[in-house]
Amino acid sequence: MTVTAVRKDPDALTMTITAEFDASAERVWQLWADPRQLERWWGPPTYPATFTAHDLAPGSHVEYHMTGPAGDQPRGFWDIVEADPPSRLVYIDGFAHDDGTPNDAFPRNEGRVTIEPIGAGRTRMSIETRFPSAEAMAQVLAMGMEEGLTQAVGQIDAILAEGVAAPQS
Amino acid sequence: MGRTFDPDRVFAALADATRRDIVLRALAGREGVAELAEHYPMSFAAVQKHVAVLERAGLVTKQRSGRRKVVRARVEALSGARSLLDEYEELWRGRIARMTDLISNTEETDA
Repeated sequence: MTVTAVRKDPDALTMTITAEFDASAERVWQLWADPRQLERWWGPPTYPATFTAHDLAPGSHVEYHMTGPAGDQPRGFWDIVEADPPSRLVYIDGFAHDDGTPNDAFPRNEGRVTIEPIGAGRTRMSIETRFPSAEAMAQVLAMGMEEGLTQAVGQIDAILAEGVAAPQS
Repeated sequence: MGRTFDPDRVFAALADATRRDIVLRALAGREGVAELAEHYPMSFAAVQKHVAVLERAGLVTKQRSGRRKVVRARVEALSGARSLLDEYEELWRGRIARMTDLISNTEETDA
């Protein structure tokens, strides 16, 4: 289990999740900086993400879409606020129209990523997500609900296919 | 504060892409069923049925807004801010589990 701490503040509408990895800060940064790696973790296997524009320089506009089992393709974007490789990334995550332009009917959330070496070749990453309102959070979660479900189903499939116990957290 | 949260009903209601989209729009709470129906390539009656499923799950209500009725999501029905954050935690736990897999896979090839 690599997640070491989760801190939630319902009043401030923030959640901070902290994880530790057996890897260098540069390696962890690559998970964000290399779009092909990012695609392998942002969405679950059954709802994969595709990044069609990706540059983490401050002021850049990153574009992505997810592809659902029914072929539905919700689109999203990040606006990069700050980037200091390999230690800090701040982005605004929002929904987009089919043509990629920001969809302001849906709220945005802000992600603050901090990556720091903690010795012995290990690295700590924390991600703070801040929502503008409870409604905004609910909107994002209504989109993510599918992800939670498909993930659970995927885990069951993996256990059945391998015939071994999957790591429990 | 009627806590009639029925997870099976809620998840079943949200298992459909159109209904999820309706919930998202209903959070803005500005559109009636007729306006919602314009967003989808299906009949008014079909959209009305989707809205009814969401209503039964307690996810949306129809509320009077001036002369018309708008479909509004019941955020408090989904749960309070705390459990919304719980779900967001699950989303990120999934992501971090995949990050960990990625890193250990590349370590194998680096070694």
